[in-house]
Amino acid sequence: MMTLFGIPTAALFGQLLLGLINGAFYAMLSLGLALIFGLLNIINFSHGAQYMMGAFVAWLGLTYLGANYWVALALAPVIVAAFGIVLERTMLSRLYKLDHLYGLLLTFGLALIIEGFFRQLYGISGMPYAVPKELAGGWNLGFMYLPIYRAWVVFASLVLCIGTWLLIEKTKLGAYLRAATENPALVQAFGINVPVMITLTYGFGVALAAFAGVLAAPIYSVNPLMGSNLIIVVFAVVVIGGMGSIMGSIVTGFMLGILEGLTKVVYPEAAGTVIFMVMVIVLLIKPAGLFGKGA
Amino acid sequence: MLKKALIGAVALTALTAAQAQAQYSENKIKIGVLTDLSGTYSDLAGKGAILAAQMAVEDFGGKVNGVPVEIVSADHQNKADIASSIARKWYDAEGVDAIAELVTTAAAVAVREVSKEKGKIDLVSGAASTPLTNDKCSPTGFHWTYDTYALANGTANAVVKTGGKSWYFLTADYAFGHNLQAQTERVVKANGGEVKGAVKHPFPNSDFSSFLLQAQSSGAQIIGLANAGADTINAIKQAKEFGITQGGQSLAGLLVFITDVHSLGLETAQGMMLTTGYYWNRDDETRAWSKRWSAKMDGKMPSMVHAGTYSSVMHYLKALAAAKTDDGIKVADQMRALPIKDASGFAVNGKIRADGRMVHDMYLAQVKKPSESKGPWDYYNIVRTIPGDDAYQPLAESTCALVKK
Repeated sequence: MMTLFGIPTAALFGQLLLGLINGAFYAMLSLGLALIFGLLNIINFSHGAQYMMGAFVAWLGLTYLGANYWVALALAPVIVAAFGIVLERTMLSRLYKLDHLYGLLLTFGLALIIEGFFRQLYGISGMPYAVPKELAGGWNLGFMYLPIYRAWVVFASLVLCIGTWLLIEKTKLGAYLRAATENPALVQAFGINVPVMITLTYGFGVALAAFAGVLAAPIYSVNPLMGSNLIIVVFAVVVIGGMGSIMGSIVTGFMLGILEGLTKVVYPEAAGTVIFMVMVIVLLIKPAGLFGKGA
Repeated sequence: MLKKALIGAVALTALTAAQAQAQYSENKIKIGVLTDLSGTYSDLAGKGAILAAQMAVEDFGGKVNGVPVEIVSADHQNKADIASSIARKWYDAEGVDAIAELVTTAAAVAVREVSKEKGKIDLVSGAASTPLTNDKCSPTGFHWTYDTYALANGTANAVVKTGGKSWYFLTADYAFGHNLQAQTERVVKANGGEVKGAVKHPFPNSDFSSFLLQAQSSGAQIIGLANAGADTINAIKQAKEFGITQGGQSLAGLLVFITDVHSLGLETAQGMMLTTGYYWNRDDETRAWSKRWSAKMDGKMPSMVHAGTYSSVMHYLKALAAAKTDDGIKVADQMRALPIKDASGFAVNGKIRADGRMVHDMYLAQVKKPSESKGPWDYYNIVRTIPGDDAYQPLAESTCALVKK
């Protein structure tokens, strides 16, 4: 059997592919965070809770309304985004002029409250959510068994990430958004309603988190803490990629997923920390992150 | 003035002396339920355990020889330092006589140290690790519901004997996971099985696909899950997704609670073997008690930790009544002497040994198919009753200093 780094190549391919799948989640979540930070200057710590809400809305819809997976995938982001918009209008918008720290503390507090609320109602053990029939089963690739659902996750995530990047970097709307972050007063003077644009951007970032949550529901246990387990890693991804850099967060998300996947084979005990080691090194050598501009 | 002060001092001394003569200090019995109220174990223990303790007090009549009994509770957040500081405060300042439940080994061991030092009773239900009745044993400490030794004995024995000879472990990388894996390996090897490997995963961990793939390529027949709670749930869910079980390998959940099965759903969990100290739907007695508990818990059914907490608190109250004092050593002696029997149907053939282990019958269960389940929470077929003496570590093997050799 051929080996690479002492690991059979077949196993290595399998692990690379799995890393890519996990990276898809990192990419989707860090994309939303980067978007919100880049355009609103808010470090959105409630992102994990919003991801969890996406999964829970899917579960609630299925259990109480019989809404299937596809309906949930379409509606859960909208519902959770609406919730996010209410938060933004009533609370976050008051903090834009203050230091980042205030936004961070507020969203952190909100995350704890939201998680506590769901924990009180549904307990901690989580809820079952089946893989949709259309995506059940898997393909035998020779070196590994690939569940169709996981392939779908990578596909959906890539489409979403590239779509968002194109929207921000290549369209007129994106240009307005970027201009509004640089100089809101000037953009407003051109007759563009900057506050509404900012609110919708927050809503869009939250929708990305909820979308990832629905994608995660059939794979992970749908429980109130599913987001808080993930959010710290995702923050590390954003820091490594460069705060506010959209392409940076996408590429870093996938890259670190792969790195983590490899660590799980070579030295599993370090799988939980490898991303943070990379973060420390990147911060020391290139404090603005791999794709960040300036310091 | 001086006279008044003197009289006051005399009166105070008399009062203290009178209290010292009373059977129960402060004329009150206080039992603390120290548990996880917000974290990973809050469903399998948590507020359900507080309810169970309260039910025991109510069923006992609320008083011991005319002295009122009160339940207090707190959240130890699964942290040893928080657990031991609450225990100290309870014992020193609030007149707590015993602490019950104590999920999470680290928290249980920390409270064990404090209780031993103060000569107070601890009734461990939720924690799993065997040191509690080995080098951490105490004359006033009891381990009630289950332990890793009994879990490994039950599940691994059954699995190896039905042909599951080669094992691969997915182990949570902390004391409990290591302990559970070691206990299981012992049983597997003793039955002529072999261990093909193990991978230690970070705790907590949500994605198990990578570890499952390693387990798959090891070619082992059985993948042993030496973890608990959300880790076990995620591992089982993803094993199904990756076609591991369809591919001929089987999973053995080494610590699975009924709350975990509820979370997985029967569709995913069906066929799995597990060992439990209690199952609500086992007989009329367990059903009657569990339905009373369930009525106050939104229709959920109790885990073995809930029933164990009830059983341990009830037995403690009986011992208090028999000892006619709340002195820890004397109550502990009564606990060892009295027969164990209560309304929950928990401690079948129960007895307490010198090392503090409450030995009782355990059950090997198999998760039902969705078609076999007759209603909500009807999840297990009891395959075999494992007599307590076969399930638990023999007293002769215990490293507890209290065991006379």
